[in-house]
Amino acid sequence: MAKYTHSVSIDPEKCTGCTTCLRRCPVEAIRIRDNKAVINPNSCIDCGECIRVCKHSAKHASYDQLSDLDFTKYLIALPAPSLFGQFNHMNEADHVIQGLLDMGFKDVYEVAKAAEYVTDLTRLYMNRPDVVLPAISSACPAVVRLIKLRYPTLCDQLVPVLTPYELAGKLAKERAAKEHPELDPDDIKTVFISPCPAKVSWAKSVMEGQKVYVDLVTSMNDVYMELLSKMKPEAEPSPEAASEAGVVGIGWAMTSGEAASLMNDEYLSADGIDNVIKVLDDLESGIVGQIKFVELNACSPGCVGGVLAPTNGYVARVRLHNLRKTGGMVVKPNDVSDIGDFSSGDIPDEYTEAEAFTYMPDGSPNMLSMMLAMKKAEALAEKLPKKDCGACGSPTCRAFALDVVHGEAKLEDCKIRTEME
Amino acid sequence: MSDTLHYHFDVDGASFANAGRASVETKKLLRQLGVAPNVIRSISVAMYEGEINMVIHAHGGDADVYITEDTIIIILKDEGPGIRNVEEAMKEGFSTAPENIRALGFGAGMGLPNMKRYSDEMHIDTKVGVGTTIELWYHLNKQQ
Repeated sequence: MAKYTHSVSIDPEKCTGCTTCLRRCPVEAIRIRDNKAVINPNSCIDCGECIRVCKHSAKHASYDQLSDLDFTKYLIALPAPSLFGQFNHMNEADHVIQGLLDMGFKDVYEVAKAAEYVTDLTRLYMNRPDVVLPAISSACPAVVRLIKLRYPTLCDQLVPVLTPYELAGKLAKERAAKEHPELDPDDIKTVFISPCPAKVSWAKSVMEGQKVYVDLVTSMNDVYMELLSKMKPEAEPSPEAASEAGVVGIGWAMTSGEAASLMNDEYLSADGIDNVIKVLDDLESGIVGQIKFVELNACSPGCVGGVLAPTNGYVARVRLHNLRKTGGMVVKPNDVSDIGDFSSGDIPDEYTEAEAFTYMPDGSPNMLSMMLAMKKAEALAEKLPKKDCGACGSPTCRAFALDVVHGEAKLEDCKIRTEME
Repeated sequence: MSDTLHYHFDVDGASFANAGRASVETKKLLRQLGVAPNVIRSISVAMYEGEINMVIHAHGGDADVYITEDTIIIILKDEGPGIRNVEEAMKEGFSTAPENIRALGFGAGMGLPNMKRYSDEMHIDTKVGVGTTIELWYHLNKQQ
């Protein structure tokens, strides 16, 4: 199994031990210990909510810094669709492509273009007789990890097709090898420009022996200023470089974009991690009705709302809508027959995830000992103030009780209880 | 039963929006305990049906979850109108839900049959005008 590499971390210098992230973490992965926030790596899904809410800039996402990229190598930029919504007064997607080339990237392979192929592959997958419906998109890695940790019965509903950025990396490398046979394959590096930490973690968590399609991951924030300085949006005539993705692929940056691209009306789409959790609960209880496809994004209103994207997601969404209308983008999506023969309906392994989506519980492996612990915790919780204030360092009184039973917190840490006595 | 873990939930009869909360909470607890996924799924489906029934017919009630190492028992107790004819109520499609409820997609007459399907044992104790108590039993070792 792949070792999961987290990208979200805490800067103890800046952390004041306030309870904001503690109470906002959707999976209760944070505790305050010795007046500093600590993230439990077994539960964290890298959604980035703690980065979003931290008032002290004490949360970081780690990724490959722009300054560390070796532009003497054959670097290929893989811009996420959301990148195209970051710029004001930009009338053509081509400006972004040209800007990336002017930064020193040797080639650009748009993730939005790969997304259009992923749509076709997803459609093929959903036509398989053994498919479990509704199929759940695997494009948001925070959602995938959440399902793997907490929704055992939904794991087999995740679509096993490569994510758009993985497929973009694969196709970009193939294109480079074909156009530049003289290059050493080790010198061809794909650089994904990510809007969020979850995608950084996903790309960095590669199984041993698994093919690496995305070599480096940098953040949209990091690339933004440099790219902006290279772009000449008002320039006449239009830049030489041309965007290869269409309005459909760009739509993946926004909630419902992926689902709508399937041309299947029977879909459900939701965004915002708390809403995602509610939908997953309902899916598990079997009460969503006749739905064939589910698209879930941890961020609202989709990937444009990622915490590593500099522009307000709602502003970026407006820009993307305008770009789709007036940006001269191709309406007809790229067709998967461009990259291979899929007429048999089968999806070759190279286009699917190397590792099956299996349940990996973050809970107890021993039911009896956990039962005893929870029983003790219940008794203890009865004596607690039930204010869920977080001052003890645990997100709720109930979580605190269990932390005490597990020896991870001391009863004296509950300040309110001491005062009440 | 000193080694029994017990959780209690009030099922709020005033709100459809809250129906399902007890089953979602229970699911979380069972997952924390490491209960097998197929059992968790069955319980979450059956318990949700039970909660909805209590909201539709009985203005809510109590949900109690008892967990031992080998058995999980869910007891759903209400003081509603009671079930006049249990045999009939167990038939798929049979429903006494009012029209306005059916219009919302509830009350399709699948509640009790689904609860039976998604439990190892179901016991119904009901008295017209007094209320209904439903016990859902799950034998863990058998299913694992």
